[in-house]
Amino acid sequence: MNRLIRMLLVAGSLVLLADCTSTGTLNILSAALGGGGGMSDEEKAEAVVKSARAVAKSFEDITPEQEYYIGRAVGAVVLDRYRPHTNQKANHYLNVLGRTLSLVSDRPETFGGYHFFILDSEEINAFATPSGLIFVSLGMLRCASSEDAVAAILAHEIGHIELKHGLKAIKTSRITTALTSAALTGVAVAGSNEMAELTTAFEDSITDITSTMINSGYSRSSELQADKSAVRILQAAGYNPWALVEMLEVMEQRLQPGGLDFAKTHPKPELRIREIEKTLTGIEKNQPVYPQRQSRYRSVLGEL
Amino acid sequence: MRRFYKTTLTAAALLAALAIGNLAAEKMMSVSVKETPLRATPTFLGRIVTVLQYTDRVEVLEERSGWARVSLSGAQSAQSVQGWVHMSALSTKNIVLLAGDSNVQQSASSGEVALAGKGFNEQVEAEYKQQNNLDYTMVDRMEQFTVSIEEILLFVEEGALTLDEGGAQ
Repeated sequence: MNRLIRMLLVAGSLVLLADCTSTGTLNILSAALGGGGGMSDEEKAEAVVKSARAVAKSFEDITPEQEYYIGRAVGAVVLDRYRPHTNQKANHYLNVLGRTLSLVSDRPETFGGYHFFILDSEEINAFATPSGLIFVSLGMLRCASSEDAVAAILAHEIGHIELKHGLKAIKTSRITTALTSAALTGVAVAGSNEMAELTTAFEDSITDITSTMINSGYSRSSELQADKSAVRILQAAGYNPWALVEMLEVMEQRLQPGGLDFAKTHPKPELRIREIEKTLTGIEKNQPVYPQRQSRYRSVLGEL
Repeated sequence: MRRFYKTTLTAAALLAALAIGNLAAEKMMSVSVKETPLRATPTFLGRIVTVLQYTDRVEVLEERSGWARVSLSGAQSAQSVQGWVHMSALSTKNIVLLAGDSNVQQSASSGEVALAGKGFNEQVEAEYKQQNNLDYTMVDRMEQFTVSIEEILLFVEEGALTLDEGGAQ
């Protein structure tokens, strides 16, 4: 009889993996096991749940809602280190431009949407937090000389969000705590052990992301992937994707070796340019400059 | 003993059939973002039919380059509303608001059901904020930066841009 139960459990976990409505499956399994004897209903359900629990947790299991809270915290850390530039007109322009780009990306919708903020810093830097908060420094914007070039910076950052690079920097152990602990069962109330455990996992996740994003940088392949996304986004929006190369050329001249900004966290512009150019064959480098695009760029960002 | 095996096999086959049957049946998805417009056509320029809310459960009727035509069954009215929503606003997980049912809690651990408002949530944020003495004022202000679709359209038109919505995940 034990064998029967074991076989059913195997079949049951297969169903759990294949099915989208596991609550229903639990009931079905419970009923199927009814004649099995020996185990109580609770024990049976628990056994099935245990087999399902063994499925490893990864960044893909983080829901957009949880990603949103992670992103807000990373954003708060960024804004704790950098003062925002409060020129309303400039920030609004960046938000209209960025939102337009996000609509043609693979991920136009995030839990709380995309929002852009200029950082009052001479560093050449830009950050994207999970779920859609994007920061660009004045130093970075000064490397641009056209709307297309600003679009290239934002498109690269949207690429990081689309590809969930921030979430991928979180160690699996934190995600497992967040998704399998008592936190999910709804007993995590203020002051409880579960809440303390969850807050620690949250804090560690934020540190995983900020230390990667601000200090060590994402992997070379992640950066190249974000560049690829940027090229696709720029083209879909009607911008010249060569603007990304143009931006990198300027950055190459301005980045200080040993600097604590993009110089530290990104592969050398030279390497990125080489990879990007492979995807740009057949696309005209010198496209006409649209006067209205250039004049609105100049009137808002030209004097930063 | 032979009869016993036969029973076992029948039970296993039944379970497998149930699984396949469920997969072939209607495809249900949950709205995984705060809110998102349901549009008359599969484009961000489409007329807004209604606004879908987080955890709304929809039936997917058709998929087309990143967009899904869905049907939302109203809790209040018997009539269902149909329209297009971008796939990036939907999740295959069943996102449920109430965690009262123990079966729901257990299946949340399996990853097929997600509990709204659990895990990293507002309360965890409040604890984190307090422990680290972090100021969220500017993050909150940043989230207030919004852009209307009309403004985007004007921006696209004036700048000789396109809204070539690709984006299939």
